[in-house]
Order: sequence, then structure tokens, then C-alpha cells
Amino acid sequence: MEGFAHQLVAGIATGGIYASVALALVMIYQATHHVNFAQGEMATFSTYLAWAAVQAGAPWWVALLGTALASFAIGVAIERVLMRPMRDAPVLAVVGVFIGLMLFFNSITGWIFGYTVKPFPSPFETSAPLLGGLVSGHELGSTAVTLAVLALVWAFFRHTSLGLAMRAAAFNPVSARLVGIRVGWMLALGWGLAAAIGAVAGVMVAPVVFLEPNMMLGVLLYAFAGALLGGIDNPAGAVAGGFLVGVIENLAGVYLVGTELKLTLALVIIVGVLLLRPSGLFGRAVVNRV
Amino acid sequence: MATLLEVRDLTAGYGGGPPVLHGVSLVVEEGGVTALLGANGAGKTTTLRAVCGMIPATAGEIRFAGERIDGQPTEAIARRGIAHVPDGRGTFAELTVEENLRLGAITRRDRAAVAEDFERVFGLFPRLRERRRQQAGTLSGGEQQMLAIARALLLRPRLLLLDEPSFGLAPLMVQEIFRILAHVRAEAGVAVLLVEQNAALALDLADHACLLETGRVVLQGEAAALRRDAAVRRAYLGY
Repeated sequence: MEGFAHQLVAGIATGGIYASVALALVMIYQATHHVNFAQGEMATFSTYLAWAAVQAGAPWWVALLGTALASFAIGVAIERVLMRPMRDAPVLAVVGVFIGLMLFFNSITGWIFGYTVKPFPSPFETSAPLLGGLVSGHELGSTAVTLAVLALVWAFFRHTSLGLAMRAAAFNPVSARLVGIRVGWMLALGWGLAAAIGAVAGVMVAPVVFLEPNMMLGVLLYAFAGALLGGIDNPAGAVAGGFLVGVIENLAGVYLVGTELKLTLALVIIVGVLLLRPSGLFGRAVVNRV
Repeated sequence: MATLLEVRDLTAGYGGGPPVLHGVSLVVEEGGVTALLGANGAGKTTTLRAVCGMIPATAGEIRFAGERIDGQPTEAIARRGIAHVPDGRGTFAELTVEENLRLGAITRRDRAAVAEDFERVFGLFPRLRERRRQQAGTLSGGEQQMLAIARALLLRPRLLLLDEPSFGLAPLMVQEIFRILAHVRAEAGVAVLLVEQNAALALDLADHACLLETGRVVLQGEAAALRRDAAVRRAYLGY
């Protein structure tokens, strides 16, 4: 029973990471109807930036904040320079750009920082387990940070004019222009926000999975499964889906398939959702009138 | 009265296809109402879309308050004070009524005046106040049309482009909407370029009218004069 509770808590902790990345995916999906395959590698690159800052002697929290800001700028720049000219391009061309972007960030990370696995420091006390061994300091801390980020993002979209404008631009770009919203810039801001959220998720997961250029590959897959499970066009659903996948992954890894086959679960979830309920648990079914 | 909107020899069409408009010229006076009449496919909606930059003008020019606006992006034209209520109403269906209205005023910085305008708009459309927390997509057709007009008014526009405000609405609702439009015109002095299938209604509200046929203005003048024109009466007023 204690093992079960521990797996549950660990699942919630990793689920928070998936939820963040799922939210980043959904933000871009809502505005563009594309899934940004490069989201994970962008986050990896950001995490290396944080590592470099820490190595250079920056306090951990300063490194996190700086990395989030830098990632925001990188996200905005990618949209402006790379994605904007692709606005009216066919789907396959956009997919090609995403894959190129993924390979680019993967290679440049390896080229600059090397491929050897590095430990990443956690600011949360990791030696002494809390609550009678139920949860590690890092699990607790990273979950708190993740929840804070999610709450901030929610408050931003719900309660600020800029957030409202971004939602309007994603839902209905034509009408958004008619009320004077600069839709192109809203899209760029969305990319920036997604990149920043991904960066925080990367920094939170790095102490667990260790730092290496492919560290977000699995995370991205789980996050995508979570986004699909919750509903790819529903941010709140995607967050819930991310947490759910984290819990499922941990429990099934222990009681069902074993840790070696855990990643397959993501694929099973993806295929299962697409087959049985393509709009996800909390998504709206898309009906096209013909 | 000064000219607010001047369209001269406008040619426009969709995505590289043949032009829909062949040299349309028309004028909206400051605070005046110009009605754009014509059959389906005459180019009424296309004219409105070209004015607010949703489709490019391939020839001719569009001037708003004396300045060229053709070739400018839609959002820049909106920020100059042109509010377009498009066909299909352009509601943000996923957002609440209140959020839709806030979006109408999203470019404005004069918070106190925006709050006043919210009150004024809720005064004109009490039903929107009742339903402010409701998702806009769940409103009835008439309520959505009210919302679209209210949202446009919250931009505090100098010019309102209205595309078929009566479309698909019950006769009572149509009367209500036009009563409000007449009130808005008298009270706020907003100029209107009105596209409307119901020519009798449009000519009641308008002081100036243009008759479009296959992308050309075939007749224009005082609304009262068009109302007396035998050809207009036969073709559009039905008596």
C-alpha cells in the first residue's frame, strides 16, 4: 500500500512535467492546428542554458528565471523568422519545418554542450525524504513550481486583456483582426510562452532524468499522449491529461508492464485515444458541416 | 457634411480570381448612413471586406477621414475607428458575452470611457447584460446579432460597417435591431455603411444609397429619391 501511494505521488510529480509540456503543445496547436514536435528539444536546449548559468555561478532561481526569459525570446524569434513565412504553407511543409527545428535544436545542444550525461542540481533538499518517505524534496518542489506556473498561465489567460486577445486570436483570427488585435504578434507571444513553459518543465525534470540532448524525447511523447487524452484543443484538459498520464505511467510501470516497457504506454494511449475518442476526455468533438 | 469614407473606382476580388468589383465608387458622410443595395452576388459584402482590408483592393483607392487605407492590414484599419459587423456576425463563440464585449474595446486605453460605453451598450441591449456570463455560442441568432453590434460599438468607431444585420432573424427582432441602429445613429453620430437585403428597411435608415449590380454601381443618390425610383421599387421594394 505504501508502495502504491509512493508511485501515485511520483506519478503526480512527473505528471506535472507532462502537463506543462502538454500545455505548451496545446497553446500552439490551438492557434495553428499543428503540433510542435520541436517543443521537447527546445526545452532541452533551454535546460542546458540554465545548466550553463548555474555552472557560471548564477544562483539557481536566477538561472531558472533567466532561462525562462531567454526561451521566451527564442520562441518569439522562431515564430517571427521561421513560422510566419510558413503561414499559408501546406501541412507537410510545416511538419517538415518542425522536424528540422527538432533536429536543429538536438544537434546544436550536443554540439555546444556535448553528449555526455550530466547531473543537474536541484534546489530542493533531495537527501531527506519527506512525509515518512512518501515524497522526495525534489518531487514536492518541482510539483509546487509546476502548479505555480500553471496557475500563472491560467490567470494570465483568464484575467488580463493580453491573455484575452491571445485567446481571441487563436479562436477566431478573422474577427480578432476586426477588433484591432495584431494576430501575428499574438501568435509569436504564444510561441514565446510555450517555449518558456517548456523551459521550466525541462529544468524541473533534468535533476530526475539527468541532462543529455535527448532527455525530453520521452517527456514529449508522454506530454503528447496527455494532451491527446485530455483534448488537444482544450488547455485545461491537456493539463489534466498530463497529470493522468504521469500517474498511469508510474502505476503501470510498477504493477503492469515493468519499467522497460513504460514508454510503449504513451503510444498505447495515443493510439487508443485516436481510435476511441479522438477529441479526448475533455475536448469538444469537431463536427464539420458539409 | 464632411466626407468620412470615400471609395473610388475600387476593383477587388478573391485570391487571384476574377474581380468581383469593377470600379465601385461611393461615399459615406460624417455621421451619415449609406445603404448598399443589390441582389445576391452583386458585390455588397465584397465591398465591405475590401474597405476593412480583409481582401486587397487591386485598383482604385479607399480614403478614411482623408487618408488612404487601402493596402493597410485589417487590424490597423480597425484601430483607426472602422468597426465591421461581418456576415455571420463574427462572434467569438467559445468566449462569454462579456469577453466578446471586452474584445470590442481591446484597443482602447480610456478605461473610464470604456466603462461608460459598457453601460450604454447594456442600456441598448438589456438582454446582453442578463447573459453576460453565458458563452456567446449559446445565444440565439438575434442575441448574437445584438452582441456583434454591441461589440462593434465598444470600439467607439467613427464608421460602422454592417453586413445584413437582418439576416436570418425573426421580423420582430429585425425591427428591434433597426430601432436600435436608428437610435445609435442619432445619439452617437456614428456613420454607417449598411449592406441589407431588405431594401425598404435600409432606405428608411439611410440618407444615401447605392445600387450595386454585378460589381458596378448602377444608381446612387438620396435614399428618398431611390425609394421613389420606379426601377428600384419594382426590383427591390416589390411595389
